[in-house]
Amino acid sequence: MTDLQDSKLTEFEDNDQKPVGFGRMLRKEDARLLRGRGRFVDDVQLPGMLHLAILRSPFAHATIVSIDTSAAEASPGVKAVVTGETLKGLGLAWMPTLSNDVQAVLATDKVRFQGQEVAFVVAEDRYQARDALELIDVEYDVLDPVIDVRKALEPDAPIIRTDLEGKTNNHVFDWETGDEEETARVFAEADVIVQEDIVYPRVHPAPMETCGSVADFDPVEGKLRLWSTTQAPHAHRTLYAIVAGIPEHKIQVIAPDIGGGFGNKVPIYPGYVHSIVGSIVTGKPVKWMEDRSENLISTGFARDYIMRAEIAATNDGKILAIRTNVLADHGAFNGTAAPVKYPAGFFGVFTGSYDLKAAHCKMTAVYTNKAPGGVAYACSFRITEAVYLVERIVDALAYQLEMDPAELRLKNFIQPEQFPYTTKTGWVYDSGDYEPTMRLAMEMAGYDELRREQAEKRARGELMGIGISFFTEAVGAGPRKNMDILGLGMADGCELRIHPTGKAVVRLSVKTQGQGHETTFAQIIAEELGIPPADIDVLHGDTDNTPFGLGTYGSRSTPVSGAAAALVARKVRDKAKLIASAMLEVSVADLDWVKGAFQVKGDPGRSVTIQDIAFRTHGAGDLPDGVEGGLEAQICYNPSNLTYPHGAYICVVDIDPGTAEVKVRRFIAVDDCGTRINPMIIEGQVHGGLADGVGMALMEMISFDSDGNCLGASLMDYLIPTALETPDWETGYTVTPSPHHPIGAKGIGESATVGSPPAIVNAVVDALKPFGVRHADMPLTPSRVWDAMRGQATPPI
Amino acid sequence: MQVPAPFEYERATSVDQAIGLLERLGGSARLVAGGHSLLPMMKLRLADFEYLIDINDLHGELGYIRLSDGEVRIGAMTRHRELLESDVLAEVFPIFRDAEKVIADPIVRNRGTLGGSLCQADPSEDLSAVCTTLDASCVIRGPGGAERVVTMEEFHVGPYETAVGDSEILTEIRIPRKLERAGSAYAKVERRAGDWAVVSAGAAVWLDRGRIVDARVGLAAVGPNTTGIPEISAALRGHEPSEELFQVAGAIAARSCDPVTDTRGSADYKRHLADELTRRTLRKAVERARS
Repeated sequence: MTDLQDSKLTEFEDNDQKPVGFGRMLRKEDARLLRGRGRFVDDVQLPGMLHLAILRSPFAHATIVSIDTSAAEASPGVKAVVTGETLKGLGLAWMPTLSNDVQAVLATDKVRFQGQEVAFVVAEDRYQARDALELIDVEYDVLDPVIDVRKALEPDAPIIRTDLEGKTNNHVFDWETGDEEETARVFAEADVIVQEDIVYPRVHPAPMETCGSVADFDPVEGKLRLWSTTQAPHAHRTLYAIVAGIPEHKIQVIAPDIGGGFGNKVPIYPGYVHSIVGSIVTGKPVKWMEDRSENLISTGFARDYIMRAEIAATNDGKILAIRTNVLADHGAFNGTAAPVKYPAGFFGVFTGSYDLKAAHCKMTAVYTNKAPGGVAYACSFRITEAVYLVERIVDALAYQLEMDPAELRLKNFIQPEQFPYTTKTGWVYDSGDYEPTMRLAMEMAGYDELRREQAEKRARGELMGIGISFFTEAVGAGPRKNMDILGLGMADGCELRIHPTGKAVVRLSVKTQGQGHETTFAQIIAEELGIPPADIDVLHGDTDNTPFGLGTYGSRSTPVSGAAAALVARKVRDKAKLIASAMLEVSVADLDWVKGAFQVKGDPGRSVTIQDIAFRTHGAGDLPDGVEGGLEAQICYNPSNLTYPHGAYICVVDIDPGTAEVKVRRFIAVDDCGTRINPMIIEGQVHGGLADGVGMALMEMISFDSDGNCLGASLMDYLIPTALETPDWETGYTVTPSPHHPIGAKGIGESATVGSPPAIVNAVVDALKPFGVRHADMPLTPSRVWDAMRGQATPPI
Repeated sequence: MQVPAPFEYERATSVDQAIGLLERLGGSARLVAGGHSLLPMMKLRLADFEYLIDINDLHGELGYIRLSDGEVRIGAMTRHRELLESDVLAEVFPIFRDAEKVIADPIVRNRGTLGGSLCQADPSEDLSAVCTTLDASCVIRGPGGAERVVTMEEFHVGPYETAVGDSEILTEIRIPRKLERAGSAYAKVERRAGDWAVVSAGAAVWLDRGRIVDARVGLAAVGPNTTGIPEISAALRGHEPSEELFQVAGAIAARSCDPVTDTRGSADYKRHLADELTRRTLRKAVERARS
């Protein structure tokens, strides 16, 4: 337990100083959210609104023989019962996934995972809808399921996707990156090769707010309004237009306040479509809000990669090459959210932060009878898996070489002068200066002292571990030349309007789920224009009043939309300069910009503020020739590259030798996300991501029994960490700006989720060194740690 | 939102009125006290009752901790929080405070009750293990004010099953106090704070002139019900406490329990914990008895 230090109190006071630009300030949205004034999807109440509940499959794999809905239809309050057959008639039984596969909106032929949508009921209230589900009589013919991903491609494995013409196996795709031959050559010449089978188990984003929607189709106007829990309202609108055939201008998608996303709210779920169909069928607004169990068993999972990792090095610890073979479990439908050309997301960054001679990855993705997804959980498009792979195998190498893992990393970092650095898998890291970040983390941790303490404790039979991870992320997708989702380029728009009195409204295409966009984006505009953040309204989430763009996930808001906000503000400033020159009667070349005002060079007494200029643009009198009235601009920003934040994390754990319980004692996180807009928001995101990491490393996993029953259908079974499992986070930072981003910022939202699991696992494995343990898979529950201590660690499959 | 099936709701005003309602409604009715197990089960539709009889207004009648020379009596409606915060109880049986510190979270502890915990009869229930350890007996009242007193072994007839009949209420727990120096302790291994036990163990010892007059160990989550292990008591009685003796007790615990492999841990690991936690709690209980 840590007392609130004086320094922290002082820091907190600073929060309220409201910088005009970058700096620490309280979040603008918090007044609303903390005082119960947030408006979430489930808060939407419309006149005559009906409620929808979904009947889900109890089996992982079964043919639907028949469905009798007559009793449900006769149940009190029921307005409609819809099955796959009904949707088939409307051509809506199937819909595209984010990876160009198809997914059942309601099952027609068979069910392919436990929890799959089979029918839905629309009734006057939630209770009636739920009660009527019990009255739907579905006859199933149960089939053998494919649960163990390692057996999915066996010749006698049941075929899951019988809906796909000519499909004779459960293969989804093969994917490869790097140079296989060159990598084999480098491996052949290496002094040391270390191999480990590393599993990143299936986990769930588990946002506090589950998914849901309210659909309101107006049959007169032909307009659909859809409130939904979406991280990407514009992309969703376009997809609804394509799938449902409703003209795009007749669809308004509104993402109101969202209670956490973490990638869970990127896909379009069948339930959203159900509510639309329900509203069209009944002529009333229809609300669907899934319950916790539905969220955990049916919505987008994350990870589920089985990775064979190999690393080649010289005896003195120069890492030469890394190669890996991955088996990816994609569930029943390939719903991975990733740019089309990147079926494995950005897994290609598995080369990490190290200067290698060669690298190669081969991946096979398969179908299993589990929920579809592969969305995210703050993974930056599979970077979480990549970073875990490299940071785990580098630690295994350190073990083998009997080298300090910090020293091994320091020895192999890409050097500052090598940036921009092209990796052996073709990624161009924009900037980085790794050693100072690593050294700062070591200094904050008191690394040498910790190692001394560990040696003393080991001598006494106590188990203490120190784990390090050093990560480089690739965040901020596009550029659109390479990156699109279902044909939509990954760019983002931004519109800025300065009102006559100098207040402003900025409209974004991205959408916060808790990241603090309303503050961060106000601060970006404030920094560029000198308008206080409190005077800037940030609008987002409503497709009718915001510009098109691909939304918030993969840490892309600041790298893409943040750049758009800075550039749109600069456009406004450029125009303001023309007007200022007229107002001050000097040429533009004679004006200096001092934040918030233009002043005459050499005569600071003569100046006009941005507020003066705003009033002038709307005011009486002529404007300079060729200058229109008004002070506003818009932009669509297409990034030239991703941004590559990095960080050094050090974790200290203690393990009870008698019970094998792991206690995370300390966690030091030094992040470099380039220019820091609001350090308080950054720290908040890092704290959240670190807690996520504790969950994944120590307790989280969606597991199944051999019949395909999901064993984590409630938060009693699917564990997420509490304050008691998390230490007092020690955060630090370095700043290496992105050279191509207008303000030098990189993404931060997922850094800690990406970087923390390997640090924690490395710490546990380090603690178990006296038992000869070189690797143990997550989740490191007491039972699994005890197995590892006895040399009986098993993969969590 | 998870919603339960339709049910009717009555609020009891006295123990006898509640018994009257139970008598009239039979097996289709269920008492609800803290509701932190029952309501989630109803929302998940794992439990479905036509009537709920809310006995929270009986806290005045059944919420108490009374010490006398011979025993401690605790009313069935005594809430977790009251057990946690009771200094007199902690003085006599520190095992209660040990256990309450690791039961669920403050929100659950504010509502959940001793009687509810015992009647839920979950094999992982911490307070059942505590009561087993302390050789508690349960007072069950039926129609016409008829009372019967059963031991913990008799009370629990299987997982989620108790000796309480359809028209009966558990009203009180009685724990015998012995004259000798007593010490008790509880330990739990959980995957995360607030989780059910992977395994937990309670131990109580009574010392006279340095020797163990009596000792009891109760385990949770390693069998169909919380388990008391008479063989351990027999092995400890008459001896001076020592690490060797605790090891003997731990070994008996490990071989006497009947755990299953599940997502909380393997059966082997649970057996190991039965041993480890038995030794730890005995050690602590002796330490407390001596101080």
